[in-house]
Amino acid sequence: MNNHSILRVVSKFMIPFILLFALYVQFHGDFGPGGGFQAGVIFAAAFILYGLIYGIENARKVLPATATRLLLAAGVLLYVGTGLFGIFMGGNFLDYNVLAATAVGGQHLGILLVEFGVGTTVAATMVTIFFVFAGQDF
Amino acid sequence: MLSSLSPHLPIIQVVLPLIAAPICVIFRRTGVAWLIALVVSWLSFGISIVLLEQVISNGPISYLLGSWPTPWGIEYRVDILSAFVMLIVTSIGAIVMIFAPNSVHMEIPPDRTYLFYTMYLLTFTGLLGITITGDAFNLFVFLEISSLSSYVLISLGAERNALTAALRYLILGTVGATFYIIGVGLMYQMTGTLNITDLAERLPEVASTKTILVAIGFITVGIGLKLGLFPLHVWLPNAYAYAPSVVTVFLAATATKVAVYMMLRVYFSIFGTKMFSALPIDELLLILGLIAILSMSAVAIYQSNAKRLLAYSSVAQVGYMVIGISMVTTTGLTATILHLFNHAMIKCALFLVLAAVFYRIKSVKIEDMAGLGKAMPYTMAAFIVAGFSLLGVPLTVGFISKWYLILGALEKGWWPVAGLIVVSSLLAVIYFWKIIEIAYFKPRPEGAAEISEVPLNMLLPIWVMVGSNVYFGMNTDLTVSAAMSAAKSLIGGAP
Repeated sequence: MNNHSILRVVSKFMIPFILLFALYVQFHGDFGPGGGFQAGVIFAAAFILYGLIYGIENARKVLPATATRLLLAAGVLLYVGTGLFGIFMGGNFLDYNVLAATAVGGQHLGILLVEFGVGTTVAATMVTIFFVFAGQDF
Repeated sequence: MLSSLSPHLPIIQVVLPLIAAPICVIFRRTGVAWLIALVVSWLSFGISIVLLEQVISNGPISYLLGSWPTPWGIEYRVDILSAFVMLIVTSIGAIVMIFAPNSVHMEIPPDRTYLFYTMYLLTFTGLLGITITGDAFNLFVFLEISSLSSYVLISLGAERNALTAALRYLILGTVGATFYIIGVGLMYQMTGTLNITDLAERLPEVASTKTILVAIGFITVGIGLKLGLFPLHVWLPNAYAYAPSVVTVFLAATATKVAVYMMLRVYFSIFGTKMFSALPIDELLLILGLIAILSMSAVAIYQSNAKRLLAYSSVAQVGYMVIGISMVTTTGLTATILHLFNHAMIKCALFLVLAAVFYRIKSVKIEDMAGLGKAMPYTMAAFIVAGFSLLGVPLTVGFISKWYLILGALEKGWWPVAGLIVVSSLLAVIYFWKIIEIAYFKPRPEGAAEISEVPLNMLLPIWVMVGSNVYFGMNTDLTVSAAMSAAKSLIGGAP
């Protein structure tokens, strides 16, 4: 891809906006369309684009396997942790009402945390799948 | 602290292995992963016992996720059947985890063993989730969790064939799960609900519509693929034969049992017994069950690989369970539910022995097992006792379930069916004898390496399983009373 200067320049320009859009989809998910899954895929798309244009080796420098693995697990743990915190606060598992002072505030906080967990795991999974397939020697 | 957790036990049962799995990924150490899996399995086993006691004394437990009322929210519902199946799954898990380390470390490359424990924990989560959930869609989600992780478990096998076997299971398993969810979609279309209790209330109004009949068809085929119902069993023999030994033990003893549980749940808790007058599923199941017990036992005779032989025997055993369902009587269902428990004990013991044999001689081909009766006396003695249980010799659990099955057949006046069940047991004698003959009456080949008995942490789980085969064969109070009250509540209609 070294001689495709248009692709290199345009993708370098695009990647920050893709990441920003992913964060928008992530954190605006409880007011508009969006959520953790979609955001995670978009976030991962930025890394996959980088990997396609600049090579897997460079992409792995940005996001090494240990980091993706950690994020993969951290997302699930954040989701389950939020659920368990509901029990800790005296409600049922995944009961958001008890998370904050008001029920509405609790629902906001709960869904935000859970969706952030989903987003983290989905992004890490997408990147991992791409790296594993692209890194294989056929 | 503990008493305040007790109302949350249904969710903790599922969440505990679910948290443990990513923690194993973070540590990536074999020893740590094994310790986590062991502790979680035993904790789950303890929780199952507590839940079963609670259900027997206080009736079904309902747990609302996120405190959303049913039918809008997801409900976890533990009744006597789910508590009983949960006890089966967790007890097998607890036993297998004691046995696992030696066998796993020999068969799976060291950089992947942590993956084995992670995937085991996820399969465990999925299987427990299936038994505990009271929501038809949530059941699909757990089915996929358990299936996807079990594909990975099978693909960890040392031979390249393991990959093909896993892929085949993946394709057929996905078709099965898809068919199930299409059926659930059709039911949702007609009733607007996914909660199992709510579905049972709303379905009778629309029960005779074509949509619901099609839904029953899709669900039957979907679950049939999962439980290895003849002729949808083609994925099973290879998957069991090429998976790592410990994986075979765990899946053979739990996965098909949980699929049978799904079938019971959908037929009797959702559709109810009236379904069988609208669509002759019971006759279909009876015919397929009979073909399974006869043809699969016959096919098993001709196998040269002991693991494959037992895999075909498993398909035959699923046939017995399906015949019990096809009777649509309390005795028939009691036989099915009893056989869930009993077959899990039997196959767990037998496959554990094969895992021990593979640990010592690196092969489970029947011809390579020559002389093992002398070389590994305790292991092979366990094989004989567990084999007797498979045949249905009195004083073992296998006898109890066959007794109830034949009783159920006679109750319905199905003399030929009772006869065929006996014939199939005789076929089992032949394939079982094949292994015994070679292991006991042929000497070890000249120049074969000296082999010794397996270490105590492998021998102990085997004999605990064999012991429970005999114990529950003589003391049937717990199993029969639990199975019978579960069968009564299923036939009664209310979940």
